[in-house]
Amino acid sequence: MADIYLDNAATTRPHPSVAEAVMRTLTEVYGNPSSLHGRGVDAERLVTGAREAVAASLGVSAAEIIFTSGGTEANNLALGGAARRAPHRPGQNPTRGRHVVITAIEHSSVLSPARALAAEGFAVTELSVDAEGRVSAEQVAAALRPETAVVSVMAVNNEIGSIQPLDDLARVVRAHRAGGATTLLHVDAVQAWGKIPLRPARSGIDLLSISGHKVHGPKGVGALYIRRGVRLAPLVRGGDQEQALRPGTENVPGIAGMGEAARLVAADGDAAAQMAGLIRRLRERLARIPDVIINTPETGAAPHILNVSFPGARGETLLHRLEMDGIYVSTGSACHSHQPTPSHVLLAIGRSPDEAVSSLRFSVGHFTTTDDIDAAASAVEAAAAELRALAR
Amino acid sequence: MSDFLIRYGEIALKGANQAYFLETLRRNLLSAVGDLGEARAKASFGRIILSVAAPAEDAAERLRRVFGVVSISPVQIVAPEPAAITAASVAAVRDALDADPALRTFKVDVRRADKRYPVPSMEAASEVGGEIRRLFPQLAARMKRPDLLIRVDIREQACVSSQTIPGPGGLPTGTGGRALALISGGFDSPVAAWLAARRGLIVSALHFHSFPFTSERAKEKTVDLCRVLARFTGGMDLWVVMFTDVQRAIQERVHEPMRVLVMRRMMMRIADGLAARVRAQALVTGESLGQVASQTVESIAAINAATALPVLRPLIGWDKMEIVARAQALGTYEISARPYPDCCSLFVPAHPRTQPTLAEAAEAEAGLDVTDLVLDAAARSEKLRIPGAGSRVPVPGR
Repeated sequence: MADIYLDNAATTRPHPSVAEAVMRTLTEVYGNPSSLHGRGVDAERLVTGAREAVAASLGVSAAEIIFTSGGTEANNLALGGAARRAPHRPGQNPTRGRHVVITAIEHSSVLSPARALAAEGFAVTELSVDAEGRVSAEQVAAALRPETAVVSVMAVNNEIGSIQPLDDLARVVRAHRAGGATTLLHVDAVQAWGKIPLRPARSGIDLLSISGHKVHGPKGVGALYIRRGVRLAPLVRGGDQEQALRPGTENVPGIAGMGEAARLVAADGDAAAQMAGLIRRLRERLARIPDVIINTPETGAAPHILNVSFPGARGETLLHRLEMDGIYVSTGSACHSHQPTPSHVLLAIGRSPDEAVSSLRFSVGHFTTTDDIDAAASAVEAAAAELRALAR
Repeated sequence: MSDFLIRYGEIALKGANQAYFLETLRRNLLSAVGDLGEARAKASFGRIILSVAAPAEDAAERLRRVFGVVSISPVQIVAPEPAAITAASVAAVRDALDADPALRTFKVDVRRADKRYPVPSMEAASEVGGEIRRLFPQLAARMKRPDLLIRVDIREQACVSSQTIPGPGGLPTGTGGRALALISGGFDSPVAAWLAARRGLIVSALHFHSFPFTSERAKEKTVDLCRVLARFTGGMDLWVVMFTDVQRAIQERVHEPMRVLVMRRMMMRIADGLAARVRAQALVTGESLGQVASQTVESIAAINAATALPVLRPLIGWDKMEIVARAQALGTYEISARPYPDCCSLFVPAHPRTQPTLAEAAEAEAGLDVTDLVLDAAARSEKLRIPGAGSRVPVPGR
């Protein structure tokens, strides 16, 4: 049986045209974009084209996009860079930039930099989420302080798929800024790009992170949207590539591949609806299994993720059991030593530790078919029944 | 060409069998460095002198792991004459100072294995030492714990060295028969297997794989543990037994508090059968008395009864801290610490029976088709050859 890959939120299979763009760049356009000669110009032109494609997919200008090594770096740069901005004038608002707001269900690439800032003496507010994994504009408004440097909220949760009310949050942050604060809004959109409409400029988002490999692009490349006029402090020092915010010779093959992925994202208008149809189908099938808990909200969730708990079975064992049938999924819980650690996201939406460690995440992509969904659903039904019987 | 003086310990105490032990050690040493370059080794006055056409650092890295070796020294071999010995010693000091200019004190140790050498040891040492002091005024002679010890070993030829690298000790691999070591992936079993191998046993490893209850990475972890052990033994076989059905049967048909005990008895039976197949004369486990419920003396008795083979338990009296320290020294610690559970850690009952009797064990197993399960698991086992140091043979099945 052919593999059924339902772990597209972890990473995706590169689109053939992406692989071709990477390969062609690696072998043919090997110049350094900073070189003065023609080889360098060719490479620079590719990077520019990719930047324009990424910008177009977000409806922003190319000058507002910098390439990074991926979503993690983009998130680190956004948080660290926004928090450590120098004041514009000496003596200006000495308390500025001593506070950061995040949510309890952020990805580790936001949680961990926020903890590092806390260790440096920043105050960090971690907003709780409701049973569907959402924060409200009211919560953010209540958390804001004059010295808040940055609010970081993910657009789509990577484990359960909940979508945050970004427009509302942006409105609150803008209103706060109108009162004299310099607070920026950062959105981790790694799971959102290509899945839900993203228009950071129109929404009033200041910083937005995306990644190439979640949308059939290559690994090792991502981008940060930085609204015109926003200045960040760089994390790494070196040359002046990427506005000196991300120095170092550009990953030209990766960037070319990400540009191609961006073109596909912009061109494939039906992709989200198609994925949503697959997830709906899977949801209906799995909901029939006795005692399952569907952790992904019915509405207001990304089209590609479905998270389900199978109390009585262990997620990791289910995963390996499905692997035997050639079906690849993910658990929300990393297994450490003898006891699995429950997902912080599932705990945050009110699941018990036992429910959390019994969860699986299914995530579809461009290559997933209806047949894949039907075969997977049958296999999950069988595996859950088999393993639950053993656990008794 | 790099030359080494190799010291061995216990072999020297052997009586009539000494030649056999020595010859095995000599051959193991040669095969440890054989792929680096042409090598020869000969025994001489209670030492082995080995020469290999390879950089000394590379060869030392191999030789210091050969069981039976107490220590090795990279040496210069010169004619057993005072002028040559002094010149070689001065050269050794110069090299040592190049590597570490902070050296302040030194000592010269002369040992005449061949007493026909005309100058007594003490006198020879002071002659060489005088020359070193003259040429390197920054060095002072010190008898106790010098920074630099120059050892001169006089036999048919003279060996001069400035470095002594400890070996693992023990007895040469192959002089002790064959054993099958049960390797789980935890901290204990690799250390136990290493200790057993150090006593001269040819050790094969046996791992119980319970996919999908344990992941492919748990198996990979065992392969990596065996790679570490194989650096000492020159390569080993790893048998991976598909244990899933046995665990499933136990889970379905055995009373919960007895499950771990029955699982271990099943492991012993499968190991017993495999031992016959690979002509192993003993089993090796990482059990340490009282560490967990299945390692009480009652449990051990009930587990032991499932096999007629001797079960070697090198760690029986070790504390966990000692085991962990040894694992760190061997290089198995980081691998064992990886977070992939093995079959021993799944299905662990909340309250396992700690003082089972044999009768209880037999009763708990009454619902199992023991023979069928054992034969079936054995039939679905896979053998992986884990190459020793230097061999570049890829491991199949990864």
